[in-house]
Amino acid sequence: MEEKVTNVLLSGVGGQGTILASDILCSVFHEIGYDVKKSEVHGMAQRGGDVTTHFRFGKKVYSPLIKYGDADFLISFELLEGLRYINWVKKEGKALLNRQEMYPPAVNLGKMKYPGDVEKIFKKFFKGNAFVINALDIAVTCGDARAVNIVTLGAFSNFFEIKEEVWEKNLLQHLPEKVHQLNLNAFREGRKAIS
Amino acid sequence: MEKILQGNYAIARGAWEAGVKVACAYPGTPSSEVLLAIASLYKNDIQAEWSPNEKVALEVSIGASFAGARALVCMKHVGLNVASDPFMTLSYTGVKGGLVILVADDPYAHSSQNEQDSRHWARFGKAPMIEPSDSQECKDFVKLAFDLSEQFDTPVLLRTETRISHSFSPVILEDRKESLIPIGLDMKDAPKYTMVPIYVRQRRLVVEERMKKLEAFADDFKHNIMEINDSKIGVITSGVSYQYTKEVFPNYSYFKLGMVWPLPRKMIAEFFQKVKKVIIVEELDPFFETEIKAMGYKIFHGKDVLPSLYEFNPEIIEQSIKGKRYKPPVERINAEELPKRPPNLCSACSHRPLFYALKKLGVFVFGDIGCYTLAAGPPLNAIHTTVCMGAGVGAAFGATKVLEGRGLGKVCSVIGDSTFLHGGITPLMNIVYNKGSATTIILDNRTTGMTGLQEHAGTGYTIGGESTHQINLEVLVRALGVKHVRKVDPYHIKETMEVIKEELERDEPSVIITMNGPCMLHRREKRQFEHPYYAVEMEKCRGCGMCLEIGCPAITWKEVSGDEILTEDGHKRKGVVSINRLQCPGCGVCRQICKFESIVPGKA
Repeated sequence: MEEKVTNVLLSGVGGQGTILASDILCSVFHEIGYDVKKSEVHGMAQRGGDVTTHFRFGKKVYSPLIKYGDADFLISFELLEGLRYINWVKKEGKALLNRQEMYPPAVNLGKMKYPGDVEKIFKKFFKGNAFVINALDIAVTCGDARAVNIVTLGAFSNFFEIKEEVWEKNLLQHLPEKVHQLNLNAFREGRKAIS
Repeated sequence: MEKILQGNYAIARGAWEAGVKVACAYPGTPSSEVLLAIASLYKNDIQAEWSPNEKVALEVSIGASFAGARALVCMKHVGLNVASDPFMTLSYTGVKGGLVILVADDPYAHSSQNEQDSRHWARFGKAPMIEPSDSQECKDFVKLAFDLSEQFDTPVLLRTETRISHSFSPVILEDRKESLIPIGLDMKDAPKYTMVPIYVRQRRLVVEERMKKLEAFADDFKHNIMEINDSKIGVITSGVSYQYTKEVFPNYSYFKLGMVWPLPRKMIAEFFQKVKKVIIVEELDPFFETEIKAMGYKIFHGKDVLPSLYEFNPEIIEQSIKGKRYKPPVERINAEELPKRPPNLCSACSHRPLFYALKKLGVFVFGDIGCYTLAAGPPLNAIHTTVCMGAGVGAAFGATKVLEGRGLGKVCSVIGDSTFLHGGITPLMNIVYNKGSATTIILDNRTTGMTGLQEHAGTGYTIGGESTHQINLEVLVRALGVKHVRKVDPYHIKETMEVIKEELERDEPSVIITMNGPCMLHRREKRQFEHPYYAVEMEKCRGCGMCLEIGCPAITWKEVSGDEILTEDGHKRKGVVSINRLQCPGCGVCRQICKFESIVPGKA
């Protein structure tokens, strides 16, 4: 096992399932033998605020927080929340964005504009290492808009040589049985979204 | 077996393994999950309860301990302020069954009214404090804390911070061991547990002797760990600060304090001999630094470079210690310029129309601690003070005293149902007793909302979901002597405003209780709205922006151009609003505010 610790920063809006996605990542990488740490960073309300989680895996992980500028991967479930953390990603890092816009209060109130060129900015800095998917459309096709996080996780799984069974087994452990099939489909469709 | 656990769940697990029989808490971020975990996972072995406040939680735990059981009590940092009265004297009485107080600090005040450093309580209260640095230690340290508590006959403080309580890492699970202390009360113990002056003076000596023994013990404590690597620089640290520092300076030598009070004097001396220069890395106050300097040591760096404010992270530590040698990462954009996404009241939250009504009436609002504190932010800006749990009720009365007649109609306090039961009853009693005239508005959303929907004495259910007596708030406040008690449906803005106006102008104490406004996330109780959602008739919307004043997450403003700059009846407009159907539960508050009848019920 390599000594290096890998840093995955996940960002989204409260209610998008950012925390569940990072829980699943934690289980997957722990199962294949890594030390893992995960930290949730969110404000006081249950809904509506921005949510980020720091997930780290390696032979031995100390800090529960990623150092600014040191993320190997950024997974964002919402475009503005992706852009907010663009500086956190290493030069050679990878960014995976869900092409979805959710307006924050200042935009709703007409006081600020929603940034219009998020994808372009990512492509400019990360070239082929910036990936954008329509996770919401895929999730809706699979039967539930709430599966955006699982679709995105499916796409993310392409970055690692980990057996699909390991992903799927851990995925199901975190979800109630009645949504198992839906989320398996969402994961598999997400996996096809980039390759 | 190894499992990935959140720090708080690891603490719950540790309590179970330690044979704890009673666990009490009032919810408070970042500590709330401990009791939740205990009540859901270990309910057969541990009696858990949501207490009305932290003081009561500690007192119940004290009783359990005096009767021989191991008891855990959990709170956030400011909770220990509330529980400090029993805590300070518990230090004198000591315990019978082990008693551990979890106190969870919140540097950067992610979800708190201040960022106080709880380590001072250990020194102040003359009790040992231990501090874990990951989930495994959370579990191990709880068990150690109970052993220490019984061994040294003392309450033990277990301190965490947000990043320990709310981070996840692997934990090895073990079995539960029951405590060997027999359950029972003995009247012969009265001199130990009865703190009247004659016994206080005896126990005072015991406390001093105990602290001396604990100081000696600290030098043998196996979780005060010295790692000698590069001997040029050694770091004295604890908790999550250890993890951050180790991350950025893996080659330094370390002295990681598992016990943060009392300090291990011999080991500190040894560390100063083994390394050339010592840096002290501690979040918040210079607690170690003050103590270690007082021992006569010179340190290389401490709070001269590291901040005393806010939360640490690896970058802050690297930058502070490297100084000019630190190279920040390249900034691709200025993230500060992006629109922020602060937390907001939920769509259709019953607090929103109530605060809109208060704003329209121009009332100065003494606020409190809860979800409704979010009304302090724009666009509502309808809370004007927040100090601590229950403070608003008493403070509003204090203001009316000095404002005399000028306060009438212009001042009130607001407080949530859970917060009222925590700390609002006594100040309300005081308004009546001292012939005040302040109005208290109880925002009854039927739960403890902000911390994640915990039950309380007014919900009719225990932490385990059993039904129990439900406090009737109206009966309670009438019993305190409040003659004027009104109930309002906050979703009816006009009627609510009329009631508020009448009560605020009354020269007597009064209470307004909101009804039929359960938290939108409530699992049992749901408000039935008349329509499934509302929509904007675009041709009619004048773009006046009135509906934006409530800060509803479902309502969005959009500029218009071309043909769209005129309404159907020819009025010029700069933009229109729209309602996101998916985010609109149909509370209808915006419809009541719209003067041009352009917001209409949506079709199912």
